[in-house]
Amino acid sequence: MPSSNQMGDFQTAQTLETFGFLPKLTQEEVYDQIAYIIAQGWTPAIEHEHPSRSTNHYWTMWKLPFFGEQDLGRVVDELESCRRSYPDHHIRLLGYDNYTQSQGAAFVVYEGRA
Amino acid sequence: MANKTYDAGVKEYRDMYWTPDYVPLDTDLLACFKCTGQPGVPREEVAAAVAAESSTGTWSTVWSELLTDLEYYKGRAYRIEDVPGDNESFYAFIAYPIDLFEEGSVVNVLTSLVGNVFGFKALKHLRLEDIRFPIAYIKTCLGPPCGIQVERDKLNKYGRPLLGATIKPKLGLSAKNYGRAVYECLRGGLDLTKDDENVNSQPFMRWQNRFEFVGEALLKAQDETGERKGHYLNVTAPDPEQMYERAEFAKEVGCPIVMHDFLTGGFTANTGLAKWCRKNGMLLHIHRAMHAVIDRHPKHGIHFRVLAKCLRLSGGDQLHTGTVVGKLEGDRASTLGFVDQLRESFVPEDRARGVFFDQDWGSMPGVFAVASGGIHVWHMPALVTIFGDDSCLQFGGGTQGHPWGNAAGAAANRVALEACVKARNEGREVEKEARDILAEAAQHSPELAIAMETWKEIVFEFETVDKLDVA
Repeated sequence: MPSSNQMGDFQTAQTLETFGFLPKLTQEEVYDQIAYIIAQGWTPAIEHEHPSRSTNHYWTMWKLPFFGEQDLGRVVDELESCRRSYPDHHIRLLGYDNYTQSQGAAFVVYEGRA
Repeated sequence: MANKTYDAGVKEYRDMYWTPDYVPLDTDLLACFKCTGQPGVPREEVAAAVAAESSTGTWSTVWSELLTDLEYYKGRAYRIEDVPGDNESFYAFIAYPIDLFEEGSVVNVLTSLVGNVFGFKALKHLRLEDIRFPIAYIKTCLGPPCGIQVERDKLNKYGRPLLGATIKPKLGLSAKNYGRAVYECLRGGLDLTKDDENVNSQPFMRWQNRFEFVGEALLKAQDETGERKGHYLNVTAPDPEQMYERAEFAKEVGCPIVMHDFLTGGFTANTGLAKWCRKNGMLLHIHRAMHAVIDRHPKHGIHFRVLAKCLRLSGGDQLHTGTVVGKLEGDRASTLGFVDQLRESFVPEDRARGVFFDQDWGSMPGVFAVASGGIHVWHMPALVTIFGDDSCLQFGGGTQGHPWGNAAGAAANRVALEACVKARNEGREVEKEARDILAEAAQHSPELAIAMETWKEIVFEFETVDKLDVA
């Protein structure tokens, strides 16, 4: 257990936005977030990009957003196929919210190596 | 009309301005005032006096009234209601024809509605509780320069509240030391840092120097974390010319957002700056110094929900709303009532939240609700639950008071925030399970563990002064 009497050093990290400060999500935790996205009525979508270009707004889309998808397993399968095709890329999962015209969720599931 | 004759003298207001049969038009601007009359003055006369004095009337009849059609232009008191749990006061509902107001000018609306009438002798107290702006009027206002959706896209922040901090100490740091404090917060995991409202351009830190050092801090933090960052550079200035000059320089140093104090700076300056921001693709953060002078007294002044509505029309992408849980005044239901007015496209009447009218905002962009003041990691679960994703949670002392400094304090807050959001998405009851959620998160974050230890004991438990009216 750390103590406030002992001074620590905070190292800056590349954190890739939402959930970047949590430990890597387990398969089950990712599953829960996909379930949340679908339950909100949002459209799951996958994007990937090489770490050297990850600060750009636009990453490359993996196929099209999965409109109308209700099967969590199929979204997980797509994440896996994307990862097999681009093992060195960051891969993120989004939930498109067509009401707010924004993304209700977006987080990196797999980190590629720079 | 033409057969009216001039009859000089003083008339009872209610003869002309109390119209209980009137059905308000969709284009009317509606207002609800809480009135406390002097003893012996009938309610109808008070309500009519308020309608008259805030629209076309004056104390005496004048001959030139007959040159126009006052029936078309006058405000009308059309309803009176009891205030629950209060025998002394009552609500007066007044309808104003849209042509009484210049298009796109909250300045003009306020000058009429809360002008001379507040000093009126027949009244002991008067409080403007709510305004229903007709959609026809809303369409004439430019509103937020970017709005919630565009701000998320520009800053690349999705699925969670934004996280910020006001740089402390609020006064006295040199520009370079100030930039250091900013850099440490941003590299540690905050999305945004903020100039304190008092920071303008004082002898210890002139604005040019501050903007340069903060700009460098921001870009370096962005580069190192791979995340988009911002610092609200306060461009509130003695005059509009200097305000615009500062805004231009903020853009030049690479900062995506500027800040303005809309009440002390004034609505004219605010609307002008919002227009500038829209033209220049900049975000606008709004502070609300002086609001409690106007909105805190339950029987006199203007309720903050009205000031919040006016700000959305004047323009701003983020507005301070209080925290409900921190060191400053704020009732939960009432706060949620005006938070809705900032963010939603339609807000239905809901007296339990102090909302007196249906309000259609049409396509007016939304404003982030900013919760700031006396909050720390232990408040995070409540804040995420109360304010939801479209908010900016700002921990000043709660970041920079961390025993290891700003970066560790920032990381502690970011871990706590993300743990709460993740738990919420998993279907957990975040407020009820607060302790477990934070304790679990602290297991992999020594920064959070220490923050939880540091602020364990601090609570702010005072009764709210301005409560909703209930029996």
